[in-house]
Amino acid sequence: MSHLLEVKNLDVKFDTDEGRITAVENISLSVDQGEVLGIVGESGSGKSVTAKSIMKLNPGNTSYNEDAEIILDNENVLQFTSKQDLKKIRGGKVSMIFQEPMASFAPAIKIGAQMVEQLLIHKNINKEEAKSISINMLKRVGIADAEKRFNQYAFELSGGMRQRAMIAMALSTMPKLLLADEPTTALDVTIQAQVINLIKDIIKEYQMGVIFITHDLGVIAQVADHVAVMYLGSVVEKGPVNEILKNPKHPYTKGLLQALPDINNLDAPLSPIPGNIPSPLDRPTGCVFRTRCPHHNPEGKDGKIEMKLIEVEPGHWVDQCGNKCGQNG
Amino acid sequence: MGDNLISVNNVSVNFDYQENFISKKQKIHAVNNINIKIKKGSFFGLVGESGSGKTTLGRAILGANKISSGNVIFHDDERDYDLTDMNKQDLKEYRKKAQLIFQDPYAALSPRMTVRDIIAEPLEVMKITNSRQETDERVRDIASKCRLNIEHLRRFPHAFSGGQRQRISIARALVSNPKFIVADESVAALDVSIQADILNLLKQLQTELNLTYLFISHDLSVVAHVCDVVAVMYLGHIVEMGPSRELFKNPKHSYTKALLSSIPSIDPEKRSEAIELKGEIPSALNPPPGCVFRTRCPNPGVDCKGGEIKMGLIEVEPGHWVDQCCAL
Repeated sequence: MSHLLEVKNLDVKFDTDEGRITAVENISLSVDQGEVLGIVGESGSGKSVTAKSIMKLNPGNTSYNEDAEIILDNENVLQFTSKQDLKKIRGGKVSMIFQEPMASFAPAIKIGAQMVEQLLIHKNINKEEAKSISINMLKRVGIADAEKRFNQYAFELSGGMRQRAMIAMALSTMPKLLLADEPTTALDVTIQAQVINLIKDIIKEYQMGVIFITHDLGVIAQVADHVAVMYLGSVVEKGPVNEILKNPKHPYTKGLLQALPDINNLDAPLSPIPGNIPSPLDRPTGCVFRTRCPHHNPEGKDGKIEMKLIEVEPGHWVDQCGNKCGQNG
Repeated sequence: MGDNLISVNNVSVNFDYQENFISKKQKIHAVNNINIKIKKGSFFGLVGESGSGKTTLGRAILGANKISSGNVIFHDDERDYDLTDMNKQDLKEYRKKAQLIFQDPYAALSPRMTVRDIIAEPLEVMKITNSRQETDERVRDIASKCRLNIEHLRRFPHAFSGGQRQRISIARALVSNPKFIVADESVAALDVSIQADILNLLKQLQTELNLTYLFISHDLSVVAHVCDVVAVMYLGHIVEMGPSRELFKNPKHSYTKALLSSIPSIDPEKRSEAIELKGEIPSALNPPPGCVFRTRCPNPGVDCKGGEIKMGLIEVEPGHWVDQCCAL
């Protein structure tokens, strides 16, 4: 069976004044229809860069490796160069929801006009139809007075409502793949719970594939079917959500879980992961996590073990060095 | 007043608001009639969503916001400071004793100053030290307490990661040897692996330097972990307050219950048990009369629906206070 989206051996590098930065190295992922893939990781781990590559939205100084493939619906996105082709994916087959909804809407154009504009670009319909689709979509995401909101500006909406409008806009073109980049991070917990439930309902209803990026493992546990844990541009562990959260193998995944304050267990001490994330300019050779790994094995410490995912349980992949370390403690 | 450091008595903070120059002047009721006592050496948590007034209250206690009515008393060893009745000299003294740690360590540090200068600035401004040598000693002392590398003092902030920057902000707040610290969302901008480190550092410094904290956060699990006493705010009112373990184990107010249930569980098998709150926090320009939470309350009683029950905390267990609308 072919996947909706398959990313194979993707490297993303940026050319900067200080040298060539490896933002993402050798990533392979897949998403099926109706499935939510969660990507977790801290800032600088390359989560957003990976997602943006799928729409080729990375800036001009980006280079991809020759043998990388991003297959969406049987087409290699990385080979798209013409505006016509890119239009097909950007907002057509793929839509994106961003973290900060205030920054994603144009401030001086009415919400409705923005929704209609993108529908006219991607669908073969007239203005009236586009308007009715937009208003229906606003209603669908739970915005009361959809007709009134349609004629308002982004600043007139509250944070939660803006994020709903953003979701409505992303979904109105019926994309096959939805990229949600920290869509709930800027929201309060009660609003976050509303938005998570909304996204889950919509995925079920429209059967689209979703990549859900977040740094919050709790949110991942609530929405994802599969998880990929990223650190410094590499996937260190991936598998079904239950496996990863209940039976983590990699010391980084374990560390993340232990650093999280658990409200049900207030006696557990908070254990931070020692040290700081290295700068991508001096990315460690071998295992990327070795500079902070608490249990490193001697060869891993010297960077002699190459990064490579191995399958430890069916569908559960762990970096080989991390797997060894994980067994030590 | 023995063991209290801060007493907040019936404090309200209002802001004037005028939509445009011809429209009527209105009042934003940011903080309403708050009474709290912060014990010496405690870790007092203030939680609530954005717009609940937690930052305004924190700033009012520091004397950075004007208090519209009520007063705040800081009980120092020798004397009490009344924040609503302070001359310039008193305010200067008070600033040495009460300090603030900000949320965003990227915005809080001047990019053009070295770490040493950033930490030393309060000492120079407040004229606490008399010579450069003395200043350097104090800076080095507090830097090592905050686990900063002494050799890094000559560098500029851009060379540091979020966690290290937050440690610099903490050192700067602590260098004047304060007794009271307001930490406003001080870990919210940090990654989880670093967040735990900063929380442990704050705890450790508390015992080492005899500090009292007002810890403002929207993250209930963090508050539950570090705070001894917690107050939950909603639309400018405290709706529930009590010892943190008691409050989190046995929440009484429907808002606290909804907040707790909204924390996404780390267990994928426990999905969506959230008590969903409808709608959003109302505007502080015209808060609903009576119980402020009633417009979103999942199970309002007949009386509170009509707004007939006034806001007011009552003690349901020793030290555990709940707004009377939900306690009844």
